[in-house]
Amino acid sequence: MSPLSSDTTTDAPIAELPGDALRERAVDQLRSALGDALIDTLVKPGDDMWVRVRTDAWREAGLALRDVLGMDFFCFLSAIDWMPSPYGRGEDDPTQPPVERETAIIPGYSGGETRFQMLARVNNTALHFGVNIKCDIPDDDLTVQSWIPVYAGANWHEREAHEMFGIGFAGHPNLINIYLPSGFEGYPLRKDFPLLARHVKPWPGIVDVEPLPGEPADEAEATDAAAEEKS
Amino acid sequence: MSADTMLGDRQKLAYIAAQAADARLNVELETEGMTLNIGPQHPATHGTLRIVCRLDGEQVVWAEPSAGYMHRGYEKLTEVRTFPQVTTLVNRIDWLGSFANEVPFILASEKLMGIEAPPRAQHIRTILFELSRIANVGLFLGDLAVQMGAVTPVFMAFRDREYVLNLIEGATGGRFHPNFDRIGGLKDDLPKGWIDETRQVMRKLRGFCDEMETLVFGNEIFQMRTRGIGVIPKEIALQYGLSGANLRASGVDYDLRRDQRLPMAWDKVDWKVWTHPDADSWARCWVRLMETRESTLIVERLLDTMPAGPVMAKVPRIIKVPEGEAFVATENPLGEMGYYVISKNDLGPFRVKIRSASFNNISVVPWVLRGVLVPDIITILASLYFILGDIDR
Amino acid sequence: MSLLGIVIPYWGQSLLRVLGGTVAVLLPAGTIVYLFLFKMMSFMQSRLGPMEAGPYGSMQLFAEVGKWLQKEDIIPERADRTIFKVAPLIVLVSTFLLVAVVPFGPDAYFTNFDAGVFYMLAVSSVSVLGILVAGWASANKYSLLGGLRAAGQLIAYELPMVLAVIGVVIQAGTMNLQLIVNEQNAGSMFGWDGLGNPYILTQFVGFGVFMIAVQAELTQTPFDMPIAESELVSGYMTEYSGFRFLIFFIAEFATAGVFALIASVLFLGGWGVPFSWFSWHSIADVDDWMNVVGPLIMFTKMMALVFVIMWVRFTYPRFREDQLQRFAWKALIPISLLNIMVTAILKVAF
Repeated sequence: MSPLSSDTTTDAPIAELPGDALRERAVDQLRSALGDALIDTLVKPGDDMWVRVRTDAWREAGLALRDVLGMDFFCFLSAIDWMPSPYGRGEDDPTQPPVERETAIIPGYSGGETRFQMLARVNNTALHFGVNIKCDIPDDDLTVQSWIPVYAGANWHEREAHEMFGIGFAGHPNLINIYLPSGFEGYPLRKDFPLLARHVKPWPGIVDVEPLPGEPADEAEATDAAAEEKS
Repeated sequence: MSADTMLGDRQKLAYIAAQAADARLNVELETEGMTLNIGPQHPATHGTLRIVCRLDGEQVVWAEPSAGYMHRGYEKLTEVRTFPQVTTLVNRIDWLGSFANEVPFILASEKLMGIEAPPRAQHIRTILFELSRIANVGLFLGDLAVQMGAVTPVFMAFRDREYVLNLIEGATGGRFHPNFDRIGGLKDDLPKGWIDETRQVMRKLRGFCDEMETLVFGNEIFQMRTRGIGVIPKEIALQYGLSGANLRASGVDYDLRRDQRLPMAWDKVDWKVWTHPDADSWARCWVRLMETRESTLIVERLLDTMPAGPVMAKVPRIIKVPEGEAFVATENPLGEMGYYVISKNDLGPFRVKIRSASFNNISVVPWVLRGVLVPDIITILASLYFILGDIDR
Repeated sequence: MSLLGIVIPYWGQSLLRVLGGTVAVLLPAGTIVYLFLFKMMSFMQSRLGPMEAGPYGSMQLFAEVGKWLQKEDIIPERADRTIFKVAPLIVLVSTFLLVAVVPFGPDAYFTNFDAGVFYMLAVSSVSVLGILVAGWASANKYSLLGGLRAAGQLIAYELPMVLAVIGVVIQAGTMNLQLIVNEQNAGSMFGWDGLGNPYILTQFVGFGVFMIAVQAELTQTPFDMPIAESELVSGYMTEYSGFRFLIFFIAEFATAGVFALIASVLFLGGWGVPFSWFSWHSIADVDDWMNVVGPLIMFTKMMALVFVIMWVRFTYPRFREDQLQRFAWKALIPISLLNIMVTAILKVAF
């Protein structure tokens, strides 16, 4: 769990990279615009920057990015489900007992306290840098403010995040499904929504292939196990 | 050919105001309009896109695209793949310029692993990237003509695109889905004789671009059909996240090949970014034509400065990318394509968010289609240029 | 009437006329489809076209006809059945009616109509009804849009066609097509009769307007808004399949052929070569072998004009219908009116 701090941190092993004046100035501008709504930041010098804001300041942060920092280009808006998938990587052998897996929710850059996080990215076309902005979404009330007043293009991205994660967007005029048929049950990109292809038919890597003609069945199994260990 | 603009700022604003006024008038008169479905099966859309329009006579009152007929769930699929396997998956997003889809993902994974491909691999990657741009946009130029009704240029586009596909096949083994990029470099080096053949093909393609310029862009009817149609001003374009030629045709000088430092070879050669102030359909098409020609020049210059060396860096046999998040976007043929990769020191990614260009490009359609006539719908869609796989992922 | 010395009874003449009319319509249609649509379009697009059916694909047309004939006759459920079935026939019938006034030789004509030009212009408008009715009866929004666009376009381009032809009529002094041929071939330009007096030289403005109007009447690109394949699938023809589509298809190319025949009569001197080459002075002097050679000459001239029509069709993109209307009303009609004025002044002056 990364500590809640407002220091710019870098986890690059070599520490002699010079500071990134452009991005650090952006962080300062954002802090003076948002005050304590800006919870955490991370700047990788010369590379990229991440900020995390309070949930109720999501739209305010967007407006600050657009008006104060001059981030005029809307790149994308989506969400992250930090829960590790209970199905692993879909490679479970159905004939074996279920595998014990980690269930701890470990967030990424610039921290986080909840399972779901909003993720958006905006660019500044004049100064050629981008800001990744995140905010936590409380588990009991999966709603954030809509970004449509900030960037008109957020309309479709919010519809997609809604149908894939089940996140509500307050103030969205037409929050209907964009990819999935209306009336689709479940939210596919959540980690607990199984990838049905791997449940209908087990992952081919664990299932024995057909033996060659003339070969007894268990010899084929032995060669398969050896091939699997090599790869 | 210089950027000859025909629209002043006042004219552009007047055009937009007229569109909005017409839409308001139709609503006030409350005449019963006709709802027309363009698609999902339709000769004009590049795939299964459905646009529901409410028409008043021949004028559109509102239009709403209905995407998702080709949604394949790529973001969910990447969660059960290993890192090398994702390349195969991702080839198929923008299938006309498929090598270009692999590159941002590979670059993001390399950034997380902290490795960089050797210089020769970077050069070859850039060359194949530009070849995929030429293949993709070359087809666009012909396709544009056939949307307008001129049936001949599209055959020339397909014929000349074959040369580029042969080149890509010669280097990678696959015409449409090369699956050639690997974390740390490329799968193989270039075959013998490939560089000379590429030089010849680039010359031929410049001839093709000139042909398209006179045959299609110089045609008076084509100009009448595209000038002043579908004006998307700069602010709207930036708000909706339009990218690539669409953004540059609105006058924004933003090209990700020049404006960010990536481990690719674009900064090693001299080339020009093309913009146009008009922001109409003509401008979008013209910028793409200029970019195609520029790509042929980039490829030739890169071939001249190709370094020797290995094409693969030292990477472990089983690739496990350390924990972290990275976002890399490149200037793909369709626009800005980016991958936000979250990894947790596992064989495969934890979450990949695919930012595809056409999704944003088409989200502007409800705004831009208000008040246009039915034939102009086709013109505007053709000039925005999308691939269904890119919208629907 | 005697042909090559044999006296033919009246019923024989009628039979010959019907056969001749059918051949005169279908033979050009077939040749145009094979030569221009299959082969010339393919060569322009750097491909070969049909090569399998017959030597160099020459039997492809028969293969296509057979294919369409054996397809299922589908009528949409909510379409107006009678009108849906009748619409293609209306379009084809107007073509057959048109060819009735075209002269193919000094004695090889179907009717020698004194008001030939007037009849021709009137009958060519009948096809508009067929197209409009096809679009409406199909119960399909795309067809409706195509039919409405067709109605507007075809009516708009009737006028330039009429006005362009009036210049020829003024110069010839007659509306009888046979006499127009006579005037061109027996005439002389400034006293020199080596080339006759083909009206294409003096009526070049009229010729240009007429060819453009014909392109629009045939709904060929750049005026193919009613079909507009990339928007309306097939416009008014969307719901037609099998035999009915075949009739539309034949009608399109047959009408192209017949309009080209009429244009060659009006502007290129018709079935004749300049009479001075054989020292004839009028139609009465012309030898009988001209009745056999005349149709061949007409065929050649028709092929040349259709070549131009098709060439333009395969090259240009299409106009939007408001641009198309603007072009007709604001450009073509004033030009053709000017042409009439100048022709009338010069005719009186000289």
